[in-house]
Amino acid sequence: MGRIAKIARRTFLVGAVAIAGGVAFGYYQFRKPVKNPLKEGLAEGEATFNPYVKISADNTITIIAPRAEMGQGIMTTLAALVAEELEVGLDQVTVEHGPASGAYFNSAVMSENAPFANFEHSAIKDSFRSVMGAVGKIAALQITGGSTSTVDAFEKMRHAGAMAREMLKAAAARELSVDISTLKAERGSVTDPVSGKSLTYGQLALKAAEMEPPADIKLKDRKDWKLLGKSQPRVDMRAKVTGGRIYGIDVSLPDMVYGTVKMNSRLGGRMKSFDAKAAQAMPGVIKVVEIDCQFGHGLGVIADNTWTAFQAADAITVEWGEAPYPADTAGIMGVIDTALAAGGGSALREIGDVSVQFADAPIEKIVEATYSVPFLAHATMEPMNATAQFKDGKLEIWSPNQGPTIVRFICASVAGLDQNDVTVHTTMMGGGFGRRGENDFSGYATLLAIAADGKPVKVTWSREEDMKHDLYRPAAIAKFKARLGEDGLPIALDAALASPSIMRSVVRRNLPSMGNAPLGPDKSITDGAFNQPYAIANQSVRGIDVDLKVPVSFWRSVGNSQNSFFHESFMDEVATAAKLDPVEMRLKLMADHPAAAKAVEKVAQMSGWGQPTAEGTAKGIAFCLSFGGWVAEVVEVQDTPQGIRITNVWAAADVGVALDPDNIKAQIISGVVYGLSAATGLEITFKDGMVEQSSFPDYEPMRINQAPQFHVEVLENADNMSGVGEIGTPPAAPALANAIFALTGKRIRSLPLSKEVKFA
Amino acid sequence: MKLNVNGAERELNVPQDMPLLWALRDGLDIKGPKFGCGVASCGACTVLIDGVATRSCVTPVGTVTGAVTTIDALEQNGVLHKVQQAWLDEQVAQCGYCQSGQIMSAVALLSEKPNPTDTEIDDAMSGNLCRCGTYPKIRAAIHRAANGVA
Repeated sequence: MGRIAKIARRTFLVGAVAIAGGVAFGYYQFRKPVKNPLKEGLAEGEATFNPYVKISADNTITIIAPRAEMGQGIMTTLAALVAEELEVGLDQVTVEHGPASGAYFNSAVMSENAPFANFEHSAIKDSFRSVMGAVGKIAALQITGGSTSTVDAFEKMRHAGAMAREMLKAAAARELSVDISTLKAERGSVTDPVSGKSLTYGQLALKAAEMEPPADIKLKDRKDWKLLGKSQPRVDMRAKVTGGRIYGIDVSLPDMVYGTVKMNSRLGGRMKSFDAKAAQAMPGVIKVVEIDCQFGHGLGVIADNTWTAFQAADAITVEWGEAPYPADTAGIMGVIDTALAAGGGSALREIGDVSVQFADAPIEKIVEATYSVPFLAHATMEPMNATAQFKDGKLEIWSPNQGPTIVRFICASVAGLDQNDVTVHTTMMGGGFGRRGENDFSGYATLLAIAADGKPVKVTWSREEDMKHDLYRPAAIAKFKARLGEDGLPIALDAALASPSIMRSVVRRNLPSMGNAPLGPDKSITDGAFNQPYAIANQSVRGIDVDLKVPVSFWRSVGNSQNSFFHESFMDEVATAAKLDPVEMRLKLMADHPAAAKAVEKVAQMSGWGQPTAEGTAKGIAFCLSFGGWVAEVVEVQDTPQGIRITNVWAAADVGVALDPDNIKAQIISGVVYGLSAATGLEITFKDGMVEQSSFPDYEPMRINQAPQFHVEVLENADNMSGVGEIGTPPAAPALANAIFALTGKRIRSLPLSKEVKFA
Repeated sequence: MKLNVNGAERELNVPQDMPLLWALRDGLDIKGPKFGCGVASCGACTVLIDGVATRSCVTPVGTVTGAVTTIDALEQNGVLHKVQQAWLDEQVAQCGYCQSGQIMSAVALLSEKPNPTDTEIDDAMSGNLCRCGTYPKIRAAIHRAANGVA
């Protein structure tokens, strides 16, 4: 109680950001009903029932799926939530992202950031979660992130569909002069079974939208679901197999010009001087523009095509200022190492008494290890880009982004405009992985638009610019120590994890006036290590916020991406030291959490764990509870003459309620490939203050010839529901490292693994 | 200069050394081929030139003499190409950004090897990166297109 009160009083970092942001965004108070943004701009014959449903007299049914589609299939699943209750098929609807609006606030993204383990519930903890959720509304946070979209939408979007359905039925009851209870809504029509008369939603829409919304809505029982719980064809699939013009980079507007940026690669450093004469003399170059803003310092080029803009940017010579961090990787890692050695930090888990346990521990009962991971780039397939037009005092921006209300706020402040004068269009995204929750690319496009004489300008980054100006997954170093009990099971776990704070870095860029405010501990520093469902009686897990100005950000699964590698590699080391089977050990420690134990049991069974393996092959296991999803993975590796080959991956993922099983499986595989790509060979290193990697040849993700066979099962034992975009990633790296240990006897404690072993 | 693209002679006024990718995207507003890296490392820009899978991002437009086919022209009279149909049936795409290039590489592969093995698929497709990890479904879709009806 005292501890929680203290955390709440200090306010949690993300809460502080949101509250500050809420003041800045300044729109909504929690109790106020939110306006339906669809009411503005309705076409003739078109009616809207709530922020999620529009129906036109010509029977066009539009569902708003207000989360960013970056590959995770969210448009389809969100549309299915509405369609299920609205009683229409997905083949009958058009799905749109819709406008930037506080009506589409995400409360789950805030509650997920509450500083407790997912399985910890108590009145005060749950109340803290709901306060955090309210912050999402106050701040009008329309965010896609934290694997929260389905959890956030599960009730409200089904409600939206049911509300519209009931209003359509009420209008039909009036039209047909029958009691509403006798009517049946199905496939976009309301039918009176007695008379056989039927009216389409299109015929009813305008009148129905005037009906009083029902006060009491009962959602369908799960057994009556027609769409949910069943795999649906994706609504975006046809566009994606026909080369559809759907991404930010495909935006094409009348009179459009083209741009790019050339920013200081010493991230955060200034520009001392530049010479753009050669660039300006190139045919097709329109303008060179200085950029000096919170996101970076450098230059923009406007030209009559993208390629010329790239060529011109290359032709500019610049004297760059220094980076605000050590110039090379060794220096940077040294800062993290020093912070770890200095100790301290914020404990998010402190149970029992670790110091007592270690004071009298016999040396043979102690297991200790230190791990490290590098910075990582997101490397989305579609490089950063945005298109903006500044005309008559108003800014319009087409941005592939994960947070349109924040984009609106940022672009307004960059341009010195009122937010009401900024319109944000959110396009499809060629990958996001957290990168497109950032606002630098939208900010730069805004600044170039201001210099483009009223013309729209599409600003595309080169791959090199993208990779060298990412906001990186933090590098981290962690020390773990365990004491084994008489039966070999760990009775004490002492862990310290050090990395630069993501939230601090995000605040510095996006709310620079708050850059140095005391913000409280950042959960992401220990996420995936402090909140795992292992019954270890004494635990101390501390996060050390390293003061380091390399810009860092959310990267698929965030803190879990490194901390699960640390935690689950260490659990494997504990099992080895205790001569326990790693599956058996986990099952014993997870006895209080059936969802965890069943996921581990399932993946063990799927993978034939414990059975003799083929010559030259071995398996490793890891588990992670992240974003409410309970995921166990087994990786199989094989020793081949060309090096180690990853042959099979088995995954058992408990998501509580599986809304679209095939899409969930695809997301788990996607998360694993993302995790294995990084674990096998990716790292971002620094030299002379700049990132050394520049493109896929030196930052090469997994290719098809390296991809293993996948076997995924989706489970529903958990009593909570989880998102699925990130949960596959965390266990991938430790399961692989544990498999390599099983194969070679070599314990690799630092990523990427390619520094120690060769992969085929 | 003149360029034969998707069955039509197109007039184009861009520098000879502009990569075909940008001539298509910015010059002719053909947006199917995507920009991923500019160094022929990811395959998102893949088009066919006289049926051969080619990285348009490193091919100067002035050197192109053959017929260029982009994904935009694979669909004929509202009917998807068998590779596109297989992609749809297998629900391959996630973010979808690399899939234009994946599909064009698969079309080229199948015209050369109508029934490729997994190894042949891996060899032919390893130049096309996918950050969403759709590789298992790409393999399945190519097999489906190979075995299925056109």
